[in-house]
Amino acid sequence: MNTQLRFFLLTLTWLAAGPAAAALNIFACTPEWGALSKELGGEKTNVYVATNALQDPHRVEARPSLIARARSADLVVCNGAQLEIGWLPLVLTQAGNAKIHAGQPGYFEAARFAAMLEVPASVDRAQGDIHPGGNPHLHLDPRNIAKVAAALSERMAQLDPSGADSYRARTKAFLERWQQAILRWEKEAAPLKGVPVIVYHKNMSYLIAWLGMREAGSLEPKPGLPPTASHLSDLLAQQQREPAKAIILAAYNDPRGGDWLAERAKVRVLILPFTVGGNNKAKDLFGLFDDSIAQLLTAR
Amino acid sequence: MFKRNLIAAAVALALANPALAQDSELGKIRDEIKQMKDAYAKRIQLLEKRLSEAEAKTGKAESAATKAESTATKAEQNSARAETATASLVSARSGENAFNPAISLILQGTYANTSRDPNTYQITGFVPSGGEVGPPRRSFGLGETELVMSANIDPYFRGVAIVALAPEGGIGIEEAYFQTLALSRGFTLKGGRFFSGIGYLNEQHQHTWDFQDAPLVYKSFLGNQLKQDGLQLKWIAPTDLFMEVGAEVSAGDQFPGSDRNKNGIGGSSVFATLGGDIGASTAWRAGASYLQMSPNGRSYQDADSLGGATTNTFTGSAKMWGVNGVLKWAPNGNTTYNNFKLQGEYFRLKQNGTLNYDDTAGSNVFGTVNGSFQSSQPGWYLQGVWQFYPRWRVGYRYDALSYSTLSNGIVNNGLGPAAADFPVLASHSPTRNTLMLDWSPTEFSRIRLQLASDKSRLGLTDNQVFVQYIYSMGAHGGHKF
Repeated sequence: MNTQLRFFLLTLTWLAAGPAAAALNIFACTPEWGALSKELGGEKTNVYVATNALQDPHRVEARPSLIARARSADLVVCNGAQLEIGWLPLVLTQAGNAKIHAGQPGYFEAARFAAMLEVPASVDRAQGDIHPGGNPHLHLDPRNIAKVAAALSERMAQLDPSGADSYRARTKAFLERWQQAILRWEKEAAPLKGVPVIVYHKNMSYLIAWLGMREAGSLEPKPGLPPTASHLSDLLAQQQREPAKAIILAAYNDPRGGDWLAERAKVRVLILPFTVGGNNKAKDLFGLFDDSIAQLLTAR
Repeated sequence: MFKRNLIAAAVALALANPALAQDSELGKIRDEIKQMKDAYAKRIQLLEKRLSEAEAKTGKAESAATKAESTATKAEQNSARAETATASLVSARSGENAFNPAISLILQGTYANTSRDPNTYQITGFVPSGGEVGPPRRSFGLGETELVMSANIDPYFRGVAIVALAPEGGIGIEEAYFQTLALSRGFTLKGGRFFSGIGYLNEQHQHTWDFQDAPLVYKSFLGNQLKQDGLQLKWIAPTDLFMEVGAEVSAGDQFPGSDRNKNGIGGSSVFATLGGDIGASTAWRAGASYLQMSPNGRSYQDADSLGGATTNTFTGSAKMWGVNGVLKWAPNGNTTYNNFKLQGEYFRLKQNGTLNYDDTAGSNVFGTVNGSFQSSQPGWYLQGVWQFYPRWRVGYRYDALSYSTLSNGIVNNGLGPAAADFPVLASHSPTRNTLMLDWSPTEFSRIRLQLASDKSRLGLTDNQVFVQYIYSMGAHGGHKF
């Protein structure tokens, strides 16, 4: 047999085996849900993460690459609560994939399974960029991740019955480790109870609520509006009256406003990873919380 | 309960009646009992599964070990709590308006200073496209107010309507189309009136453009933007690289076509687009398109050398091909603070047919004259927009159209109307330089200053200053890449 024919046959077997090896194609909108999908799906899934930790999740564009990946996705795992409103509907309507439209089993929104905070009683854009379904940054409460994991695993099992046992077993193992980790984090973070911090955007609310910390203010005068000089000087005055222990930013936030305030108010700026990949310690969901709590503990 | 009683009764009966106590009979009953048991076990399993699904739905996985009844009520309570937490949502969902489409309204307006009268605007050297391609009126002026409505119609179709309310009154339908939701395998079918998929800018709505007006090549070759009344089929390849091909058929009633009053298809087009990412910071797309139309009696008004009104009518074929490319860069893909967009398109419009010259309503020197007409003219633009600071962007655009080849048989004959009787078609290659600076306090508002030096008219420069506002209210519309 000549080498060309052998190569051809090899390619054929590879092509035939390729798609079978990854039973479930998952399109994850944000890194945290991508990481969770990988934890629960393991080898049986092929996870594409549409955004990275250094991107502002509110401002993502419906890039051609996202449409191409959504085209072959079996399951879209998104945050929901309108976090992806600026781009996901466009990707879904252009992808030509009926499996992943809202309402189909192939469309999964984490926010539907979490306990939401800051659900506005009324919505008006004069209040800034608010989300009618509540604060969308729900993954920073690890208990929400556990709830989402349980629901996501069932969804994976529904879409790929052949892998159901594997998904359930992996989820069980993950949740055991996760519950232990939550206990450990809560113990470690006990001294953070009541500690006041200033945030950049309302993207840390779930972390703050979970650890019993206190949000003393935000650099943004209103959600989605960049810090202004007058708002920063108000914060500075407030800081002199009742000092917050730290300014906490996400990896994607502009550090300039925080640095300005930190310099004058003698307070530390902590750049938390915010999601998986936000720094080199936040390699997975465990690392995300390990590093966030370790950093916060330095601020006491 | 009933089944359990039945089993008990069957067993009792089997034991009590010795006539039935034959081996075969007993075996039969045992089988039946086994079947009943199995069915019962299956039902229990099914119920358990349903319960666990209900738990997962309300995110209450921890309580999996608790009793079935209590879990079910707990799940109900949880969902009830979640519902009441969003009281406003509930009332919106339960009312008659629960299925209302998403609605958004775009407000636009300009303040314009132009050194030339906008009413005399002309792109000399090119057959007029008949669209409203001139600059906005001088001083304060309201732009088009756009009303956008969209919703899923049923599990199979989605509907979108975009209505333009003209400042002088009157309603125009920008787009009104259905789109399939359920075709899958990468296919999407669209029908109704829609912006054609040819070119890059054509599908984008005017309020999302980076400049106040369209590039000259769009003004001249497509009357600003090509709307198709027809059907569009698109297919996306199952590859990681974005590959899309599309085809359209339409009535072809808009420039470079014309309303033909004929059965069949008046215009058709095909287009293909590639796109992808280069690392985390750069995204690109590149496309090519081809458009074909059969104008029949497409006319425009002009003036002859004496100043008398003339009408020029073209019948024949119009073919246009084009290529386009877009490159977007933002550090790590985070567009919030800095980003850059480079965009360029090239089109060539070829027309071949007959031209009819008619001055009977004006000077009536030649009456009506027929001649052949051929043209092959390219146009292009290149623009860059740089967000140098959050909310602030600056942009530059260079536009050019090339007169290239235009052969007017009537003039070539030398017996009737001369070149001076076709002033719009005088040899001229328009160019334009445009600068803009805009400020977008939020995604929903934008204020723009635009300066342009427009050489669309032969031998004349129009210096333009525009201040423009764009506001959008209501549903959060996404912007195409």
